[in-house]
Amino acid sequence: MTGGLPRRAFVRQIMGLPVSVHVRGPKARGPEVAALVEAAFTALRADEDTFSTWRYGSAVSRIRRGELSLAEAGARVREVALLCEEASARTGGAFSGWLPGGPGGVVAFDPTGVVKGWAVERAFTELSDRLAGHDILVSAGGDVLVACDRTDTPDWTVAVEDPVDRARVVLTVPMRRGAVATSGTAARGNHIVDPATRAAPTGLLSATVIGPHLTWADIYATAAFVHGHAAGAWIATVPDHAAVLVTSVGTVLRIHPGFVT
Amino acid sequence: MRRIVVAVMGTISALVLLFSYHTSTRSGMPSVAAPSVAAAPPDPSAGSSSTSSPSTSSPSTSSSSGTSSYTGDAVDTRWGPVQVRITVQGGRITAAEAVQYPQNNPRDQEINAYAVPLLNQEAVQEQGGAIDAVSGATVTSDGYIQSLQSAIDQAHL
Repeated sequence: MTGGLPRRAFVRQIMGLPVSVHVRGPKARGPEVAALVEAAFTALRADEDTFSTWRYGSAVSRIRRGELSLAEAGARVREVALLCEEASARTGGAFSGWLPGGPGGVVAFDPTGVVKGWAVERAFTELSDRLAGHDILVSAGGDVLVACDRTDTPDWTVAVEDPVDRARVVLTVPMRRGAVATSGTAARGNHIVDPATRAAPTGLLSATVIGPHLTWADIYATAAFVHGHAAGAWIATVPDHAAVLVTSVGTVLRIHPGFVT
Repeated sequence: MRRIVVAVMGTISALVLLFSYHTSTRSGMPSVAAPSVAAAPPDPSAGSSSTSSPSTSSPSTSSSSGTSSYTGDAVDTRWGPVQVRITVQGGRITAAEAVQYPQNNPRDQEINAYAVPLLNQEAVQEQGGAIDAVSGATVTSDGYIQSLQSAIDQAHL
């Protein structure tokens, strides 16, 4: 199934999520790969320390309390703040890094919606770059990133979960490089807020976006979910991304803007 | 009827798989003692790779052409003892069976209701088998809400 090549999975809990990493290739079960994967987990934990909104001493918590300004914050925090701005612009405001829920209920810097995808992409793209001759797959709480350095292996098969019946999948996507991210209510309840209405979006049970980078697939999936009934029309305007939308009545819509058939 | 059986197996597997996560957030848990389902895939180079196995469970490898079954230790959970046997074939879990599991209270039933999908091999097979990852609404570390992903992971640890 993996062309006879060794394969190994690693799982850690980071950022409140199960993060699974699969490596396949000749050294997949060796100590060097294990060390490199551990280094990626460590990088992810460092980002968790910086960006957590519930750790009192994190940079983001200090920003939310007004103790630290964005201008004074570290380079990674400023990079994420810029990414939030770009995400808001690219999604017509359906995504925002400034959300209600700060101290006293005020609107405060909350980059949580971009940090997971961004941090996972950072950590594991670097891992992939250092793992010549190996393929990797990462699943971080339901968002998936794959990268293949080999050409003699089967495609990774990424399934899109059916939010109506989580025992089922609505389709599978063969992939060698890229990302699949899903936003929805199935696992956590209504944790997504429409920045415009401050209410939980309606219209979709889940929005899955497939694209080249996890950071943006994740952002677009959140935005598509917020767009609700209008998500299909909106995502079709986003270059280089495809989507699978499950409507509130369970209809599955596949949006293929050209490059995916 | 078969579906119910599968559901129960899924529940138990999910519970036990959950414990194999190295987590510091679940202080009430039996400290990750024995990930009962320590399913190393059949590794030709390792007659018994128990040195790297995180648990003391004894893979009872009833091997025939790459098929192995593993019976985990009974894990004493908040909900009662749980013990699971899984079958791994070609690096994938093909069956899971609860040897011992908590029953007879509403909480268990609630767990069942959530966990039904989790290791539903029917679903995996209907969808054509070899799935490497499942993209879905965010899975948290909390509770029993684990996905097929954990079963896939377990088969490759």
